[in-house]
Amino acid sequence: MKTSDSNKDMQPVIKVGNLVKSYAKTRLTGKREEMRVVDGVSFSIFPGTTLAVVGESGSGKSTLALCLACLEKATSGDIRFEGIDIGKLAEKERRTIRRKIQLIFQDPANSFNPRWNVLEIMSEPLALQGNLIRDEMRLRAHALLDQVGLSPEMEGRLPAELSGGQRQRLAIARALTLEPKLLILDEALSALDCSMQAQIANLLVELQSSRGMTYLFISHDLAMAVHLADEIAVMSRGRIVEHGSPDKILKQPQSEITRELLAAVPRMTFALPEVRRP
Amino acid sequence: MSASLSCFNMACMGSILEVRDLRVAYGLGGGDTHQALDGISFCLESGEVLGILGESGSGKSTLATSILGLFRGNAVVASGAVLFEGRDLLQANPDELQRIRGKHISLIFQEPSMALHPTMQVGQQVRQVLAAHGMNGGVALNQKTREVLETVFTENTERIARSYPHQLSGGQRQRVLIAQAIACGPCLVIADEPTASLDPTTQMEMLGVFRALRRSLGLAMIFITHNPALLAGFSDRVLVLYAGRVVELGLTEEVLSWPKHPYTRSLFQSIPVLPGEPRDASQKKLPSIPGDSRPSSLPEAGCPFEPRCSERMDTCKSQEPGLVNLSETHVVSCFRYEKS
Amino acid sequence: MTRYLLRRFRHGVFLLIGVSLLAFAFTTLAPGNYFDEMRLNPQIAPETIVALRTQYELDRPLPIRYAHWVSSILHGDMGFSFAYNSPVAPLLLLRARNTLLLTITSMLLAWGIALPLGIWSAERFGRLPDRLLSLGTAALLVIPDLALALGLLVLAVRTGRFPTGGMISLNFESLSFLGKLRDLLLHMALPVAALVLSVLPLLVQHVRAAMADVLDAPFLLAAEGHGISRRTLLYRYALPAAANPLISLFGFSIGTLLSGSLLVEVVMSWPGLGPFLLEAILARDLYVVIGGVLLSTLFLVGGNFLADLLLYWADPRIRTETSA
Repeated sequence: MKTSDSNKDMQPVIKVGNLVKSYAKTRLTGKREEMRVVDGVSFSIFPGTTLAVVGESGSGKSTLALCLACLEKATSGDIRFEGIDIGKLAEKERRTIRRKIQLIFQDPANSFNPRWNVLEIMSEPLALQGNLIRDEMRLRAHALLDQVGLSPEMEGRLPAELSGGQRQRLAIARALTLEPKLLILDEALSALDCSMQAQIANLLVELQSSRGMTYLFISHDLAMAVHLADEIAVMSRGRIVEHGSPDKILKQPQSEITRELLAAVPRMTFALPEVRRP
Repeated sequence: MSASLSCFNMACMGSILEVRDLRVAYGLGGGDTHQALDGISFCLESGEVLGILGESGSGKSTLATSILGLFRGNAVVASGAVLFEGRDLLQANPDELQRIRGKHISLIFQEPSMALHPTMQVGQQVRQVLAAHGMNGGVALNQKTREVLETVFTENTERIARSYPHQLSGGQRQRVLIAQAIACGPCLVIADEPTASLDPTTQMEMLGVFRALRRSLGLAMIFITHNPALLAGFSDRVLVLYAGRVVELGLTEEVLSWPKHPYTRSLFQSIPVLPGEPRDASQKKLPSIPGDSRPSSLPEAGCPFEPRCSERMDTCKSQEPGLVNLSETHVVSCFRYEKS
Repeated sequence: MTRYLLRRFRHGVFLLIGVSLLAFAFTTLAPGNYFDEMRLNPQIAPETIVALRTQYELDRPLPIRYAHWVSSILHGDMGFSFAYNSPVAPLLLLRARNTLLLTITSMLLAWGIALPLGIWSAERFGRLPDRLLSLGTAALLVIPDLALALGLLVLAVRTGRFPTGGMISLNFESLSFLGKLRDLLLHMALPVAALVLSVLPLLVQHVRAAMADVLDAPFLLAAEGHGISRRTLLYRYALPAAANPLISLFGFSIGTLLSGSLLVEVVMSWPGLGPFLLEAILARDLYVVIGGVLLSTLFLVGGNFLADLLLYWADPRIRTETSA
């Protein structure tokens, strides 16, 4: 949704300033090596928009996602959620904020307890809120399942009985139970077949227009990122090397990395001369 | 290349592989079976690259393993024939199969992280393949192993040979799988989603490796993928697989540029394309195919794609379409193209 | 690598110290002592008892006795047995040797049977032969070790082919070398059988489970696809990949070498460590008890350490993780 212009005067949902995440490795010789996986990243995401972060594996995208979802503590820099600096909060307050930022992972198969059925998976976050009785939870779960395109009849199914696309829908439904403001999708479409990706991408678009969801879409699939995003940030080795609207990135890529990524997108047309001819 | 016909009416002359009406089912326990492959037929010429386009549930991995007779334990019922250099592999005894596997026909598995032995050095794993096919003697074996590794790894070959799979990157592991596949100089390599878990730049690299190998070794390949864009400029022909059946088969240009089967068409439409190419990408909603292709979602009778098809007709519900020759090279399985 | 091993070694030492402390504390704090029995005996004068108590330092406070004990241990002196009136070390070591004779033989035999049997069963997973074997092992598992031992004893009595107890016959010394060997083996046969039967089901289940897991793995199918022979697949690919849980189990087996055979030794009158320790506990023979417990713990810790070593050597993933 191109609402970014009108929303610029609104507060960004999340504002990251100079985020650094490093891991220390002690080698056998006793030398301490510091690996900066995220090396000074800054950006803002405004409500109802999608920021796509693209890059190769090892560029630090997933670590960035973990830091924003408060699953990892940043080494330095600040993360402001709706103006509040998360790093300065006490654990209890941080937990409340954490609910507002939900993370969807790549692997639909491993995101769920394989022994729980759909209803139980949906009920777990609802139960955490603590103020609903069983029937209310069930109704709410059905409503959310309906929103993501899963029929309430599926409540008794196990994750193994669902398709990859259905599992990802379930992951999104589960994330929605806590009414998050920001949804971080870490390669959430990458493990799906092409036709499934389209379905889930459409669902995301719909949720954005109906609920005003804000997305951080992390992927190495540039084509899908361009399709979904209002802004794109290209990440390499922990840094953002280029940042701009999809149009600008496509038409005037400034960085070598961006150009490489663009070149690596497989196209359906026949530009290569090595096609065997009769 | 003489465009060989899919072999429904005539025998394939000069082809190295001919799959005839292959049907493979898996037992699901409790008496139920799932038909993974439901009558697959095609031919492959020497040196040709056939791309098999299939999503999950289409039976593509079953096709890959069935050609080599690698069946899992759970009650597999197979019929049809897989003719390789005159012999039917489905009827071959275990010794014959073992001789052919890895030496004449190789299989590159999905998921390189799972297809390699976790606690064996990768050099050893390549060596084992060579040793299994008659190469014996320490020095000659080591020498040949080194040579094979050098065709896929241009530098650091020694260090990589002594590494374990978990110490290598995804792209490196994929190269090891390729090395294992070409070690004994096969004439046919079947690659099952060889680029699925890699990021785009590595994907392109890998395709380059395959192209180079094809040029230098004259390999025939069956390249299985769910991403049609990878086949552009790479394969000679494309076979589209849905629910264990061939729904479309033709030259790559034909199938990718002018797809005829409703599934193929909807599939291509649902893939986001970078703007600047001939499609209106200003709309946020991608035309997607509703539903899914899991076994439980398939209809009991009629065309398997019917429930999800935007162009379905009444006959599609009750009867299964046969194959229609659209041209000398292009066939499709859809009632829309059948002339009464 | 050495850092990893050093760390494990340190753990072992701490464990030994902790166990010795506890053993000392418990045996001392338990009501009564060796000399209480003597006090009931009217023939022994109370002064003698007091003198004996002072001689054995039983009137000194606990920490001092512990400290003295530790210093003598470090000199190789394990203390003195009240009951036998002789140093503890030779007594314990002799009995330990007898126990080890039994347990090492049965361990080797049990693993030697469990490995091929487990592999065979895993290959036929879910089919009739595998199910029958599972039934058999489950049945064996359910039978208490005591019942097994007694059952074998009954067998000995009924058939008269096996001696019904003890380690050697009365005329052992007069036999030829081969005769001695035969005699020993005959005496060992039943206790070893009892031990093997009691531990076999567990081993077979573990081997079967570990192998079945691996046999399903993609890399095995991939190797089969390369035309690798069935034998190489089983022993060069599957077994090493299944080794981790088995190595841990092996280490645990070693750990129980001194302690696992108590019941069998008692029932079959095998002069091993078990019955000896039991006697000593009942008689409050302090230093024998502590010495025995320490020896058992040493084996346990040593066994685990050996398993760690083996795991480290066998699995490169552990090696590279810990070297960083």
